[in-house]
Amino acid sequence: MTKTLTDKSIERAARSAAGRQPAGPRRNWREIRAAYGFLSPWIIGFVVFTTAPMLISLYLSFTDYDQINAPNYVGTQNYQQLMSDPKVALALKNTLIYAVMYVPAAMAVALGLAMVLNRVGRAAGFFRTVFYLPVMTPTVAAAALFLLLLNGQKGLINRSLMLIGVHGPNWTTDSAWIKPGLALTMLWGLGGTVVIYLAALQQVPKDLYEAAQLDGAGSFNRFRRITLPMISGALFFTMIVLTINSLQMFDQAYTMFFGGQQQSTYANDAALFYVIYLFQQAFGVLHMGYASALAWLLFGIILLITAVQVRLSKRFVYYEGDR
Amino acid sequence: MTATQPVRGAGIEPEPAGEPLDVPPTAKARTSGGGLSLRRLPYLAVLLLASVLFLYPFLWLISASLKPRTEVFDNSLLPRVWRWANYSDVWSYAPVLQWVTNSVVVALTAAVTVTISSALVAFGFAYFRFPLRNLLFGLVLATMMLPGAATMIPVYLIWHRIGLTGTQVPLWAQNLFGSAFYIFLLRQFFLSLPREYFEAARVDGCSFFGLFWRIALPLSRPALVVVLVFEIQASWTDLLRPLIYLQDPNLFTLPRGLKAVIDTFGNGGEQHWEIIMAASLIATVPLIVLFAFAQRHIMNGIASQGRKG
Repeated sequence: MTKTLTDKSIERAARSAAGRQPAGPRRNWREIRAAYGFLSPWIIGFVVFTTAPMLISLYLSFTDYDQINAPNYVGTQNYQQLMSDPKVALALKNTLIYAVMYVPAAMAVALGLAMVLNRVGRAAGFFRTVFYLPVMTPTVAAAALFLLLLNGQKGLINRSLMLIGVHGPNWTTDSAWIKPGLALTMLWGLGGTVVIYLAALQQVPKDLYEAAQLDGAGSFNRFRRITLPMISGALFFTMIVLTINSLQMFDQAYTMFFGGQQQSTYANDAALFYVIYLFQQAFGVLHMGYASALAWLLFGIILLITAVQVRLSKRFVYYEGDR
Repeated sequence: MTATQPVRGAGIEPEPAGEPLDVPPTAKARTSGGGLSLRRLPYLAVLLLASVLFLYPFLWLISASLKPRTEVFDNSLLPRVWRWANYSDVWSYAPVLQWVTNSVVVALTAAVTVTISSALVAFGFAYFRFPLRNLLFGLVLATMMLPGAATMIPVYLIWHRIGLTGTQVPLWAQNLFGSAFYIFLLRQFFLSLPREYFEAARVDGCSFFGLFWRIALPLSRPALVVVLVFEIQASWTDLLRPLIYLQDPNLFTLPRGLKAVIDTFGNGGEQHWEIIMAASLIATVPLIVLFAFAQRHIMNGIASQGRKG
């Protein structure tokens, strides 16, 4: 860029500025070759770590495979088995209950915090940092911390509830309270969603509110008619991401209730999430064929739920007419 | 678990919604509220309360890591006896220093490889016009929706066949091929660079790789920092992959090691929660430090995620 330009190159630059110069076929080929060169890491990765694994997984799901002996074709037996496996039903139920509990709660709390943040001007930066700090806590560390905080008799949460006369539940041992307790653990880390919502709120033009106020719209109506539509894109985006992540819940539940000496404890069943069961089947008891069928079921469920959400979004998401 | 962080679209200036609302010129005057107005106080109060709820577990983690075993469940935030020995105990019970080193090496390797490879691919999509471009980019976006759990078994088997299970290589090597979310993020950034820079350099005889290396990359430092930091965080906190691939405690990363510490000293174990808390804090502090340095970049990176879903 810093070299002095030759006459010829100035001429060419002028031509290309006026409109891209009619590229000869040879030059075009060089560009295409170069483009695919730049793309090659992704193409190789896509073939080796996405396409091939999916094909292998599909094949294995029709086999009996324990990683020691060669895969043995069993037809649709794995799929039939998972339909009647009570653990699959349980894991699915747990996972869906958790997702239904967590996703709306996380969206509501994060939106509430973001809206309050949006009202305090420059102080927002400080509080935003505070809300984001738990996100930087490794999930395993957060899980360990909340095992203590949620302890039924001696935990900080129940002791605090005691102060206002509420007798808290046994969050980590009572099967009815394990999922709410996990949801609470995850809610502590919702700072990322808060940051997304705050950014979306800050993009809403102020004059819209002022005009609506002049027209006599109350605060609820302003929220419903202006705020919600204007940030519907961010709401929709976070809904999908939070849902996909919830359906793949693993780290926290596994850290708190599985592995090591807790393996055989009572609480297990309430915390048996789908990916945990998949993990146990694949790497615990080496039922890799069966686990592959489980993986395909998970894939199908996530695809279905995402498709439903995308459809719904067409009705509820307000797009600003770009693309 | 590979983090699912799909993104769509980057910053777009919003336009007025629905029925056009005319703004009378006098409207501005009514709502001028600079400085610390009284109307903000209730909001600040709510935020202060929420901050306490978010910060207290943190302070409690620090305090519990410094308490004697018998005091861990005590309500007071300040330990009656400060037991710094908890930290030296952790080192003696478990090879924590080794785990810290492993985590640093794995996280840095993962972050550097994914940044370079994603940038290469992103530049390919941003700069060139070529057949199948839109189809291929659609595929990149589609892989963001692919749940990591769905492919973890065959990917494990592939690494097993190559003979690399039991090593740290599978924790980062896939990053050599780029990652959909980062490719998307960087492509958006490259597209925002003025095209004239590249045209001028081409005219000067700069190679395509030169355009990437000497123009695109230096101008994209903020975006590259975002990718680096996101990947360091993802790698640093990952539990599932180390759980699948590592057996030798000396090769553990921190989350995997921490899980082992919890299994030994926590529920059903020896009930040494002060040790677990000390180990948890050791795993947390490096990320907090990273956050302190890269805060502005992180916030911008996250804020741009949700724009226009």
